[in-house]
Amino acid sequence: MTLTIPALRAATAGRRRRRPLGVTLAVAFLALATVTAVLAPVLAPHPPDATSLLNSLAPPGTEGHPLGTDSTGRDVLSRIMYGARLSLLAPLGVVLLSGLLGTAVGLLAARAGGWADAVLSRGMDIVFAFPSLLLAMLVVAVFGPGLTAPICALAVGYTPFVGRVVRSMAIQEGARPYMECYRVMGFGEWSVALRHLLPNMLPVLLAQSALAFGYALVDLAALSYLGLGVRPPDADWGSMIAEARSAILQGEPWSGLLPGLAVILTVVSVNVLGEHLGGAVSGKQRAGT
Amino acid sequence: MTMARSLAAWLGRRALAALVTLLVASILIYGSLRLVPGDPVLAVTGGRRLTPDQIAALRAGYGLDRGLVQGYLEWLGGVLRLDLGTSLTYQSGVTTLLTGRLGVSGLLVAYSAVLAIAFGLAVALVSAVKGGLVDRAASIVAALTTATPTFVAAIGLLALFAVGLGWFPATGAGTGLAGRLWHLTLPAVAMAIAAFGVLARVGNAAFAGELGREHVEVARSRGVSGGAIIRRHVVRNALAPLLTIAGLLVASLFVGTAVVETAFGVDGVGSLLVSSVSRRDFPVVQGIALVAVALFVLVNTLVDLALPFIDPRVTVGGLSR
Repeated sequence: MTLTIPALRAATAGRRRRRPLGVTLAVAFLALATVTAVLAPVLAPHPPDATSLLNSLAPPGTEGHPLGTDSTGRDVLSRIMYGARLSLLAPLGVVLLSGLLGTAVGLLAARAGGWADAVLSRGMDIVFAFPSLLLAMLVVAVFGPGLTAPICALAVGYTPFVGRVVRSMAIQEGARPYMECYRVMGFGEWSVALRHLLPNMLPVLLAQSALAFGYALVDLAALSYLGLGVRPPDADWGSMIAEARSAILQGEPWSGLLPGLAVILTVVSVNVLGEHLGGAVSGKQRAGT
Repeated sequence: MTMARSLAAWLGRRALAALVTLLVASILIYGSLRLVPGDPVLAVTGGRRLTPDQIAALRAGYGLDRGLVQGYLEWLGGVLRLDLGTSLTYQSGVTTLLTGRLGVSGLLVAYSAVLAIAFGLAVALVSAVKGGLVDRAASIVAALTTATPTFVAAIGLLALFAVGLGWFPATGAGTGLAGRLWHLTLPAVAMAIAAFGVLARVGNAAFAGELGREHVEVARSRGVSGGAIIRRHVVRNALAPLLTIAGLLVASLFVGTAVVETAFGVDGVGSLLVSSVSRRDFPVVQGIALVAVALFVLVNTLVDLALPFIDPRVTVGGLSR
């Protein structure tokens, strides 16, 4: 996710020096989340699955457990840090896969045009009409619980999200004079598309990817919450919330609310970042035309 | 004359597109069973012990003893006669299971949609008109609620209003209309929260855009009262694009029931879907998936069809997509 920072600078450079406070906070939070996820074994104060029944449901602020413990006495902070790994990695997989698929389908539709374009576009409309969480549940019903099948299903489900934008931009950009120049100079269609068209679309792709990352995180966490995603002993934020259900009903909600807060903050951050990137791009386009 | 004809042609095209979507979705839903590695019957039975008679009935029911195309066509024929197959865990028809629960889930979706649309558009309008601090506060609230997943909202509401304050029940669907609404309030709010955020943001942008336009300026300089400007010139002009988004959001609530009904222990279509997925009760999953997609497509198509009648500027057939 830190990959997006240079792109963000590039997108905003020269247009506006000062970055809005919200964007700075979002980038900072995402950087923090990424670092804690990567370095969880080093940073976490306790092993994520070390139970201690004598010390269960300790409130936040307890000595040695800054965010308290869950119903089996496991440290909530450590579990959130370890949970970040799957919670962030799985949506990243969805974004990369759907980015690749969407770019391929979008470019193909734009370059081919005519009949093939009509079929691909209609296909994307149909996939778009299919609620993504339902798609994920359907593949879980086929392949059993786990994250691999839902990741692939969501990647297909989000393909139109990228593919539609790539298609319309490729058609738009392809009609511009500089593209004609490259073609006259004898560059092949695909080499023009890959070397000149794609880099121009990168900021838009990044903006779409950030938003898709948020959707994927929510869908996958919801799946784990429903007991259809990640399987124990692995844990993500969604499964942590599911495990906290009885504690919530006993009036000790912290072990469930804190991972929920982690989900909200991550999604807010990627949304703010995605909208900023998208806004910077549309501003640039308005200035260009 | 030509107008009426183009209207009819456009209606026909929209209906056809919806039908094609449904057909493709039904092929995917049926085909997902055929994707299963190994014998589909083993996946369908999910390790349950069935008598040879039951297995034979399953094979026949799914057309597994026939080719892919013929099997699909026979399954589709059953679906069109409202026969969605038989559940593997409940020993009763999927159609029966669904009709008993559609009432609760339908009420939940409607309740949630009303809340999201009413509060979302109200906040959008007030923040667009007032501007300043109100606008900033509303945009922060909207950004936070947009990013709040339904299941997080559900446990937050459960912890605060059901367990902490005890204002609302934590589980169940209640009896009688009043009891039902009282029981479904927290689930409906949980589902409405994210949709509320989206509507508040998009609505704010739409209303603010209209407020800054020349026709509003002209109306104001002519001395039209503030309320009339908002009613006739701002809200009416901004309504059509908002309706499209509201339609998409309401359609997505159908799937959101899976999460809230599980969180609040409501026995509806959504919780049935979740339990059937984890028990791998295929006929039920397929039936619910099919109904959900049908409702999703239906709502979106109805909204599309309603647009030209709400906003005369949306010319029939000239919808820029």
